[in-house]
Amino acid sequence: MSVDLSTNYLGLRLRSPIVASASPLTGDPAMWEHIEQAGAGALVLPSLFEEQIEHDAFAVDHVLDSGTDAFGESLTYFPELESYDTGPSRHLALVELARQRLSIPVIASLNGTSPGGWVKYARHLEDAGAQAIELNVYNVIVDPHRTASDVERSYVELVEEVRAEVQVPLAVKLGPWFTSLGHLALALEAVGADGLVLFNRLYQPDIDLDTLYVKPRLQLSTSAEGQLPLHWIGILRGFMKCSLAGTTGVHDGADALKLLLAGADVAMTTSALLRHGPDRIATMLSWIEQWMVERDYVSIEQLKGSVSQRNVPDPDVYERANYYQVLHSWKG
Amino acid sequence: MAQAAISSTVRDADVQTRAVVDGNEATARIAHLASEVIAIYPITPASPMGEFADDWSSKGRTNLWGAVPEVIEMQSEAGAAGTLHGAITRGALGTTFTSSQGLLLMLPNMFKIAGELTPTVIHVAARTVATHALSIFGDHSDVMAARTTGFAMLCASSVQEAADFAAIAHAATLDTRVPFLHFFDGFRTSHEIATINEPSEQELAALIDPASITAHRARGLDPDRPMLRGSAQNPDVFFQAREACNPFHASVPAVVQSKMDLLAELTSRRYNLVDYYGAPDADRVIVLMGSGAGAVRETIAELTSTGERVGVAVVRLFRPFPTEALLAALPPSTQTIVVLDRTKEPGAPFEPLHLDVLSALWHSPTESWADGSKPRVIGGRYGLSSKEFTPAMVRAVFDEASKDNPRNKFTVGIIDDVTHNSLTYDPAFTTDHARVRAVFFGLGADGTVGANKNTTKIVGHNTDLAVQAYFVYDSKKSGSMTISHVRFDPEPINSTYLIDRATFVGVHQWDFLERMDVLKVAAPGATVLINSPFPADEIWDRLTVEVQQVIIDRDLRLHTIDAGAVAKAAGLQGRVNTVMQTCFFALSNVLPTAQAIDELKRAITVSYGKRGDVVVQRNIEAVDTTLAELFPVPVGTTVTATKHRRPTLTGAATDFVERVTARMLAGEGDLLPVSALPPDGTFPTGTSQYEKRTIATEIPIWEADLCIDCGKCAIVCPHAAIRMKVYDATELQVDGAEVLKTKSFRSREVPGMSLTVQVAPDDCTGCGLCVTACPAHDKSEVKRKSINLRPIEEHLDTERVAWDAFRALHEADQALWDPASVKTSQLREPLFEFSGACLGCGETPYIKLLTQLFGDHLLIANATGCSSIYGGNLPTTPYSTNDAGRGPAWSNSLFEDNAEFGLGIRLGLDAQQHGALGLLAKLSTGSPALIDPALAAAIAAGVQDGGDTPIREQRERVEQLRDALRAIDDPTATQLLELCGTLVRKTVWIVGGDGWAYDIGAGGLDHVLASGRNVNILVLDTEVYSNTGGQASKATPRGAVAKFASGGKGIAKKDLGLEAMSFGDVYVAQVALGSSDIQTVKALLEAEAWPGVSLVIAYSTCIAHGFDMRQSMTQQKLAVQSGHWPLYRYRPGDEEATTPFQLDSAAPSVPYAEFAGSEARFAMLRRSNPARADELMELAQADVAARWRYYEQLAAVERTAPTHIGTAIIAEAEDEP
Repeated sequence: MSVDLSTNYLGLRLRSPIVASASPLTGDPAMWEHIEQAGAGALVLPSLFEEQIEHDAFAVDHVLDSGTDAFGESLTYFPELESYDTGPSRHLALVELARQRLSIPVIASLNGTSPGGWVKYARHLEDAGAQAIELNVYNVIVDPHRTASDVERSYVELVEEVRAEVQVPLAVKLGPWFTSLGHLALALEAVGADGLVLFNRLYQPDIDLDTLYVKPRLQLSTSAEGQLPLHWIGILRGFMKCSLAGTTGVHDGADALKLLLAGADVAMTTSALLRHGPDRIATMLSWIEQWMVERDYVSIEQLKGSVSQRNVPDPDVYERANYYQVLHSWKG
Repeated sequence: MAQAAISSTVRDADVQTRAVVDGNEATARIAHLASEVIAIYPITPASPMGEFADDWSSKGRTNLWGAVPEVIEMQSEAGAAGTLHGAITRGALGTTFTSSQGLLLMLPNMFKIAGELTPTVIHVAARTVATHALSIFGDHSDVMAARTTGFAMLCASSVQEAADFAAIAHAATLDTRVPFLHFFDGFRTSHEIATINEPSEQELAALIDPASITAHRARGLDPDRPMLRGSAQNPDVFFQAREACNPFHASVPAVVQSKMDLLAELTSRRYNLVDYYGAPDADRVIVLMGSGAGAVRETIAELTSTGERVGVAVVRLFRPFPTEALLAALPPSTQTIVVLDRTKEPGAPFEPLHLDVLSALWHSPTESWADGSKPRVIGGRYGLSSKEFTPAMVRAVFDEASKDNPRNKFTVGIIDDVTHNSLTYDPAFTTDHARVRAVFFGLGADGTVGANKNTTKIVGHNTDLAVQAYFVYDSKKSGSMTISHVRFDPEPINSTYLIDRATFVGVHQWDFLERMDVLKVAAPGATVLINSPFPADEIWDRLTVEVQQVIIDRDLRLHTIDAGAVAKAAGLQGRVNTVMQTCFFALSNVLPTAQAIDELKRAITVSYGKRGDVVVQRNIEAVDTTLAELFPVPVGTTVTATKHRRPTLTGAATDFVERVTARMLAGEGDLLPVSALPPDGTFPTGTSQYEKRTIATEIPIWEADLCIDCGKCAIVCPHAAIRMKVYDATELQVDGAEVLKTKSFRSREVPGMSLTVQVAPDDCTGCGLCVTACPAHDKSEVKRKSINLRPIEEHLDTERVAWDAFRALHEADQALWDPASVKTSQLREPLFEFSGACLGCGETPYIKLLTQLFGDHLLIANATGCSSIYGGNLPTTPYSTNDAGRGPAWSNSLFEDNAEFGLGIRLGLDAQQHGALGLLAKLSTGSPALIDPALAAAIAAGVQDGGDTPIREQRERVEQLRDALRAIDDPTATQLLELCGTLVRKTVWIVGGDGWAYDIGAGGLDHVLASGRNVNILVLDTEVYSNTGGQASKATPRGAVAKFASGGKGIAKKDLGLEAMSFGDVYVAQVALGSSDIQTVKALLEAEAWPGVSLVIAYSTCIAHGFDMRQSMTQQKLAVQSGHWPLYRYRPGDEEATTPFQLDSAAPSVPYAEFAGSEARFAMLRRSNPARADELMELAQADVAARWRYYEQLAAVERTAPTHIGTAIIAEAEDEP
């Protein structure tokens, strides 16, 4: 018996619920065919970082100006090149190429720093052919004078501004650190977000014990980290109509399936692909398919959200009580 | 960025093309259009021509015939000339560009090329040939050295003429078969930006006869129609064959004139072989060539308007000399001809042009002159090394010519109080009437020059005004000042001299007002724009007495803006160019302000567009926010200030420094008389200490409680501006000791001593390398290190006192400390301090270390390049002396011959030592012996002993010998007295960059490596020609972008160390201070101790690598970790089973791409051509892996080499009777 693995995400019909999330792998055109053949439902390209574009532009500006016109024998130090590629053009070309080469949907990812930047680059990505845009709201609020409501309002305004300028579906990728995530989620949905991607993982600092330098460090996730998105997707699914994507901690078919059962429309995976290669997607799908067959499920749509907070006999397990139960069951 | 296109030429369909360009660009454009092969080599001030040609070809720009010219960088100008010779021998159209010593290196080929009647053009930005000193500036001493080669020589005197004469030269050479040397004045024309009408491609094509090209190609070497050229001839035929070329040379003047006539038909710009300007009935006529013609013409216009009968004959074609054209050009009324030569030929009866004019007059019939007698001819020299040549000087020349007995062989522009040849002139005389005369004072880093180039372009393209811009640069590479001279006028501008009566003065750094007389150039009523951090109503009270006085005296109108704040608010930290440019337009009314701002924004978009939208937007934002922050400054009517301009010198100085150096530092070098200057180019050392530049905004402040005494801060300092001393605490009685910070010094060998680490606050550049290098952190607050950068204004006063106190402490007794560690090496006095090298320079720490280890017995032969500039560019030198008066003795010969020069110094020393040993033996073995045999034996035994104590003991013995010799009345004793200094060990270090060692000097270096003599070679490898602006050398690594390798260098770097090892008896080390300072110290000590040739290749980070130079040492570490720069030492030995090659760094642990990605020289290629970058990076990674594998194998190879070399001479000397 065959099962229908397709799913609806951001209004797009995906052939499978496993999405290759933004990573160096999805930025490498040589890997695209591999990812597609492995059965990915869609591919999210690496983020276009506005901050990086600005940094690069000023770095080039600085290098080209350093030491120039200061000493009669060496008025400059570098040849003038045709292009320094400081703008988004290379990234946009990547989007265009992905659209040409892939039959699965291509989702662009954007990380802006200025209100104008979000809108401008979202429009560029749409024009380049992205079938959806993931707004990767990736910042750490370090200003202790800024209130939570102010931060949330800025998120909502950002999505509202981008929504007004682009037509393709918008997903918002969030971190988990909100006092009332549900409230924010509803507000984002209300201003036009077509989906939420839960959760972002930040580059967090680490300390080098030899030099005592603080350096950003990104470790690949583990399955255990999948519990946080599972928790929130299970909660949000009950009162949100927009798409939900679970990301972080998706390493095998079981991890992905749990997210779907909790209410995700897709499970996104990065670390597993970096570790094991794109074929991991096929392994996950095969495992899910077998699980479904064994239990007479016919489609992903059938199981999505079936174990969400709303659909479980004891909704409290998604709430604080869960904390007590875990602690009380701990045997040491 | 490359010599960036100053022009954005406005091209009409087929007629005139008005462009704003400098002489180099104007010339290079024609050369590129008219050539198929271009062989190049960088040399100031001609380098930009090669850079333009390379840049254009790399971007696919085609010549007149639709092909992209082949551009190749060679290893030297000799190589470029040889390649050019080959290309044109094959029948291709070829050209090259050069200057000065470069032209001299081309001479042998030029004789050949001319002798073979092969058409080509060499474009020369004429520059001084090095004599008593190197000079990068302009005169005709180089081209005059080429006048015997047989090349035709055509001289342009303006940017317009440089373009036109380049075209004429390329056309005429093909018709005549005589090769052409087209020249114009270095800097004054090569670097002057002006509005010109460029010859269009159609016009150039019309000038060049296709039939001549066909004939040239038909003469090309071709096996399909074989021939032989370059035979060896014997006395029977050589002479006749040499005369066979006469008709070709004879045809040149007529052909050149015909091309000039054709150009006039095409463009209305008329030239003649000799052009006359001035009164038709002139009685006094100047004859000259080059840019000086502009000042002369301007003066003549002024003088003739008052009825004076003066004129000038400007010689365009110098070879073959156009005798008839000159005679035809001179008015019959001429009574006195004054020939002005921009060169000096000691010993000649007259300078060359003067001689030619005399010769021409010899052939002139007496009756052709108005009063029946030939004019008298006098001559003089002017403008050597770009010395200013002004209308005031021209007037003095005409005045001299009016005298009954005028001086001949005079000089003008200097005060000659030795041979009394100089003319006096009235500096107040001026003919400079340009409507806008603006002078801008900027810092090298603040973008002032770039802004003025941009302004010139905007005005040139948007008005009918003629524009002229000329820039004067500093002799320092860090904290340098630039002065821009910009003129705009409705009439063509002939003012080929600096502005001294400015209608507008821009002072782009407040500090300049306090340390220089920047307002001396202001004309009465001039507008002055000051970039100041202070509110307008505070400015007056903050000015010095001198500045207030000049403002009142000349009724100057002041405006101010805090450009730094405006730029910072717009996100342009430190770049005040856009802001100041906007203010200039608003205040100068060259253009309506609104139009100017529109054009400025357009220019910003063009200039910065490639760098990214955000850069454009931030600059536009700066423009938009500027005018609201520009304020007039209320000015007082009387001087109220009490503060005076900062003195040029601080502290006591020598008489020479007071009389000479101080004047140069004050910008008054032009006023020094001949008698003030050493006649042979020999200057005292230790002068940089008097030049207190105070250019840092932050300086390192020592926290004694955290210090671990490691010495790393001192060893990495490029400027010797942070030092450490260990002393007995009882010394803390010196003045100012109360502010000295001190701690106990950790040492088992010498306990109980105190340590101070001290910054020289006025000499520090604030580069921060010491802070980066400091490993000592506060245990509770990691950001607090033992050295921290702090704002200079908070610490300057205290640190000045502390520095003086620190200087007063005794230097460490070197005998107490073994130098073989970083810590102890830094207790030794650096005899190289406060260089003007770039901030974060990677080279200077090595030289400083060299002087710390061997400075009191060190001779340095220094190749031309960065190290000769920061080492020997006046007004001051960083080489200094110790308390005993000893220190490095330094000399620069040339770029190409440095290895041989150093070897010669060694041979000279050895010969003298050999002689001294012989004399010593003679005096100590007679009966009776005049010298104590025991003393003589001890001296002979210690003659090669190195190390502090043996050298000190030998000095003491030699001093005893001196005392004894003085008491002996014997010629042999007198001779030995002169030579006995050589009996103390001296070390010879041959120092230079990779351009010298890998390229132009490689042949000589190879020979010296094979010499077996006791010389040490230090190659400061920046992997690029740093001093001339980042051209590729054979040391440039694969994948790096450099000038002449803008597509990324495709070939791997040469392994110089391996080459040297192949000789077997050469000590070789590869070091990187930032990776292993101790390995560097060891390598230098081992190299010095090695009795034969030693080669130390030192990785030297450079501004041309493209990273934040504060990370200079960290970047060196990364270079080693990535395998880009393995550390090793190769010490040959004669022991059995020796493995002389020792790897001192670990196997590569960082991907090469990570290292490369952190430097713009590699990263730029990834941006512009990712596919090629990937390809080259893959190869580069393979290079690293292959080299490492090879080195690992080398480390296991047993090799036995005889090590007796270097001792042979001594043994020989000892054998002397």
